[in-house]
Amino acid sequence: MPHPQLAPLSPIRPALLGLAALAGLAVAGPAAQAADPIKIGVIGEESAVAGASLTKAARMAADDINAAGGIDGRKVEVITYDDHSSAADGVRAFQRAVNQDKVVAVIASYISEVALAIEPWSARLHMPFITPGAASNDISKHVHDDYEHYKYTFHGWLTSAFIAQSICDFEHDMLVGPFHMKTTVVMSEDAAWTTPLDARYLDCLPKAGLKVLDHIRFNPDTTDFTPIFNKIESEHPDIITTGISHVGVQPTVQWHDQQVPIPMAGQSSQATTSDFWRDTNGAAEGVITANAAAPGVATTPKTVPFIEAYIKRYGVSPAYDGYSAYDDVFMFVDAIKRAGSTDPDKIVAAMETTDYVGTMGRVQFYGKDDQFTHAIKYGPGLITGVDVQWQDGKQVCVWPANLANAKIKFPAFIKVEAAAQH
Amino acid sequence: MIGLQILIDGFAISALYGLAAVGFTLMFGVSGVLNLAHGGIMVVAALIAWLAAGDLGLGVYAGTLVGILAGLAAAYATYLVVVRPIQRSRAIPREETEIFVLTGTLLWGIMIQVGMAYLFTDNPVSTRALIGGVINIAGVRTPRNEILIAVLCWVVIGLLWLLVNRTRAGKTLLAASMNPRALTLLGFDLSRIYLLVWTIYGVLAGVAGVLLASFLGVSTANAGQLTASAFSIVVLGGLGSVSGSLVAAYLVGYLETITAYLIAPTLRPIPALLLLVLVIYLRPQGLLGRR
Repeated sequence: MPHPQLAPLSPIRPALLGLAALAGLAVAGPAAQAADPIKIGVIGEESAVAGASLTKAARMAADDINAAGGIDGRKVEVITYDDHSSAADGVRAFQRAVNQDKVVAVIASYISEVALAIEPWSARLHMPFITPGAASNDISKHVHDDYEHYKYTFHGWLTSAFIAQSICDFEHDMLVGPFHMKTTVVMSEDAAWTTPLDARYLDCLPKAGLKVLDHIRFNPDTTDFTPIFNKIESEHPDIITTGISHVGVQPTVQWHDQQVPIPMAGQSSQATTSDFWRDTNGAAEGVITANAAAPGVATTPKTVPFIEAYIKRYGVSPAYDGYSAYDDVFMFVDAIKRAGSTDPDKIVAAMETTDYVGTMGRVQFYGKDDQFTHAIKYGPGLITGVDVQWQDGKQVCVWPANLANAKIKFPAFIKVEAAAQH
Repeated sequence: MIGLQILIDGFAISALYGLAAVGFTLMFGVSGVLNLAHGGIMVVAALIAWLAAGDLGLGVYAGTLVGILAGLAAAYATYLVVVRPIQRSRAIPREETEIFVLTGTLLWGIMIQVGMAYLFTDNPVSTRALIGGVINIAGVRTPRNEILIAVLCWVVIGLLWLLVNRTRAGKTLLAASMNPRALTLLGFDLSRIYLLVWTIYGVLAGVAGVLLASFLGVSTANAGQLTASAFSIVVLGGLGSVSGSLVAAYLVGYLETITAYLIAPTLRPIPALLLLVLVIYLRPQGLLGRR
């Protein structure tokens, strides 16, 4: 026997443990039922700008809800997981949240590839799931195509098609009109979310008055953007329309250092948080990106207090999916209250009738027969997103007109006057 | 026009590749160590330079110096924590030391990468340009920073050449790369020579890291790629051959740049890797390798 000295003790140990467990149950049992927290799983990407923002915002939402009394006296507990930007890790985290940690709903990821991998598991495990940041149209298309299976999935951020539409609307209102811009080049990273984004860009940019001179998709691993900017410059567009999220710092810094004389607007997800100025050493000056909301701009009465509290707590402004993740926790809690239950089918039914004014606008979901089932509705009075521009180290809001607090201006190396003469 | 653009851009990136690779190859030549934590050490230098220049408010020049020192510290840590214990271990058979060093530095490199990602995220950072602005070279708008970086790379490489060929310490390094046993018989302390080569290596990797951060930007996710590119340049040029590494760096740098400009940026690394495979088939000792 390798450890004879343990032998006499061994029969006693399990008995002791059993006793302790029984005692624990006896004490905790009745109290646990009333005060048992309602658990929500939140899967983020802690080493990515947007992915870290969503877990931070969700924790804040739970604290705010609990400070206001929780759900009928029960506390909301957010359990966070890190998927390391990997679909496989995302699925494992989802399974663990459901099977081990017994959550009643899951908020997950800003990456479409991760959300698309989790979606079938939400169907199989009957677990209400919303993504606050992924954009691919396919997420809601799956719900539309096989509603009975996929109805547990909700899409808490604009689909790629609506992001592109919002950017087309912005470019039409603010660039084609005031700056007489007529041409653009679409520059997007190669990823699941940009396939539908680019498809809509190519459709809506010409309608907005911008001829698309070229369509460039590049590998997200690209480190040297000089050849790409060089090619774009040789085509003389008035504006570069971007679709970037996994990359951001490098193209922006190189655009600035090389003084590429063409402005950039579109979706640049990393540029949505205040850290972007620091990460680019101010090269962000002049960059325009779509965002969920803008610092200091009251999209709704909840927007500014949220941003201020978030900055106070974390020292950085939320990324676009911070707003949606914060709202998502409130929406789940609202749905659970209205359903009077944590039964998944009842939560789904209650989520479908959501009409919630959050930090980024008024949220309703498209229905079973709409093209984008369970995606948030796009449009004035609902969610349109805003466009922000980096000016002197701050994000200012330049679109839509009713929320704008500044005019667009570009750094000196950008030749907008020349563009205006076209 | 595009030809000149390729010439200029290729020159700068190749100079940086060369600088990153010479330390790597010098280390192998002198001490037989293939340091697979190389990219991790460059990333440490870059991130600390960024942190010191920005958040700690030291400004870009002092920050760059701090970054180089951090690269040096990371190199010392690699040597003292990982490489030297393996080299001195009596439990590891002599003929297997190199494999153990290879494995040890690979794992150490992963630890550095994951640890830095935990502290700094895997988002790329770039330090402010050492000098701002652009100049026009026959119609090609070139950042002055890019030119400065190419010049600095060659200055450092030149200093290294002087050190190795014109100083006593440098000559012992050369001797160690040729016949370490004879050197010990002459009464030289090999461990001091190793410490010297790690010092030179640390400074070179540190400078390459901070310059890369200033030129293209660096993320913790790049660590593996940086090791791989230094490794393939060194194999291409001939393991242990400093001049071979420089030739190979320019070959790889220009092949990549030409591919990115004339074919597609996405295919950038492919032709250089094909060339590497060819060299391994046809001339396994590398372009200028001795063995």
